[in-house]
Amino acid sequence: MTNQELRDSIGKIEPTATFEEGKQYLNVFVTPEKWYNLAKQLKESKELGFDYLFNLTGVDYGDNLGVVYHLESTTFHHSVVVKVLTNRQTPEIPTICDIWRTAEFHEREVFDFFGIIFTNHPDLRRMFLDDDWKGYPLRKDYDPSQNQRY
Amino acid sequence: MTEDLKVIDAEEQEIIINMGPQHPSTHGVLRLVLSLKGEIVNKVEPHCGYIHRGIEKMSESMTYQQILHLTDRLDYLSAHINNEAYCLTVEKALDIEVPDRVKVVRTMLDELTRLASHQLWWASFGMDLGGQTCYFYGLRDREHILDIFEETTGSRFLQSYNTPGGFMADIHPNFQKKVKEFITYFRKKLPEYDQLLSGNIIMMERTKGVGMLTKEEAISYGVTGPSGRGSNFSCDLRKLHPYHAYDKVKFNEVLRTECDSYARYMVRMDEMRESMNILEQLVDNIPAGDFAVKMKPVIKLPEGDYYQRVEAARGEFGVYIISKGEKYPYRVKFRSPSFCNLSSIDLMTRGNKIADLIAIGGSLDYVIPDIDR
Repeated sequence: MTNQELRDSIGKIEPTATFEEGKQYLNVFVTPEKWYNLAKQLKESKELGFDYLFNLTGVDYGDNLGVVYHLESTTFHHSVVVKVLTNRQTPEIPTICDIWRTAEFHEREVFDFFGIIFTNHPDLRRMFLDDDWKGYPLRKDYDPSQNQRY
Repeated sequence: MTEDLKVIDAEEQEIIINMGPQHPSTHGVLRLVLSLKGEIVNKVEPHCGYIHRGIEKMSESMTYQQILHLTDRLDYLSAHINNEAYCLTVEKALDIEVPDRVKVVRTMLDELTRLASHQLWWASFGMDLGGQTCYFYGLRDREHILDIFEETTGSRFLQSYNTPGGFMADIHPNFQKKVKEFITYFRKKLPEYDQLLSGNIIMMERTKGVGMLTKEEAISYGVTGPSGRGSNFSCDLRKLHPYHAYDKVKFNEVLRTECDSYARYMVRMDEMRESMNILEQLVDNIPAGDFAVKMKPVIKLPEGDYYQRVEAARGEFGVYIISKGEKYPYRVKFRSPSFCNLSSIDLMTRGNKIADLIAIGGSLDYVIPDIDR
């Protein structure tokens, strides 16, 4: 599918989604409340068939925290980027690790570095850092001095 | 003071033990927490982070030229491919077209890296299964590739030979001759690998039908590279999204339908042959010309998101850069193949024996710095 066709089909599934034509991929913006339903449709829809999540990135956008999902269809070889923004004070995004299983580890990594809570995640713990680590190091306002233990 | 010792019947009661962080078959510092009932593995829980260096955080305060030297420390066995993925992202952002000479040489070094990586994998996989000889065979042949690297790039292991825009220096005059010699040599030696391990009955018993991963599971867990292709998941980015000279060479994407550890083993063996085919097509066709485009001393990427996917030796490697137009990137993310491949180990090992976990881990071929980043 071309980016325009993708835009039309995704717009039909989720009318509140906004679009932005990137240099490489089509960017879709969606709110955390609408994301889980859209994700399910993206995977299950016969024409879209986004069955492969090839990257999941947490980003600190300043006012907001966000997660960027890179999706590809292994049958049609079209790709789309979904960006879900959440507020800084109570960052919550529904987990999609029951749709794309690779997200389970990726979401733990994002939780570890950005402190975004993925609701309904089966095992949301820190991935790399110690369990008693203070703060979320990849946030731009992170203060490293609070972890000088040695 | 005496304490009564309790006898636990391991067949009856579930016991939990740590495998690692220092265990030879994890090939690095990775801790796997195993829930066992007798010898049967009920659950595997990987604990990562023992060598987490915060490369993504470090990148946010480094210039684009400096970050390059961190990328080969991710998956050190495909150092060149990681360098190249990063350079491609920067070049894409700046709209730079590298000279044909660079494209062809990068492709050749890619394939040499892949060969060296698969040789070391074969060596250690054999050793994991109890065949010590494999290790010596694998390292013996890998030495020839490292010699080529040393001559051309100046380094045997972590090359950092790429730079945004091309290479740091031109290739060594002996490069073509050495590559040809290596191909002739290794074509003779590769059948030895098959004689020693591929048809070995112990090896077949321990890998056939062990560690099953269906195609749907491979896609869902993001298992790519030879491990994914062993499950018939067509994920070779050299074919799907060609970069450099991959659209000009003829090669086959190796796919297998058995979905077990042996299939993943055979994919890598066949890939070594395909890599040599690619090298043979390119070695006499290196175009003359510049080895780099002249770049500004301070690189500033225009504002925006940039993503590049390449096929590393272990699977899909991705670089995601968000730039705000400054000389430091705003956010850098490395999508590492080993991290995603590791997530499937629990699924593949459930119900198998502990010894099978070693074989499955070996067939996934993960590299720990690539997981931890």
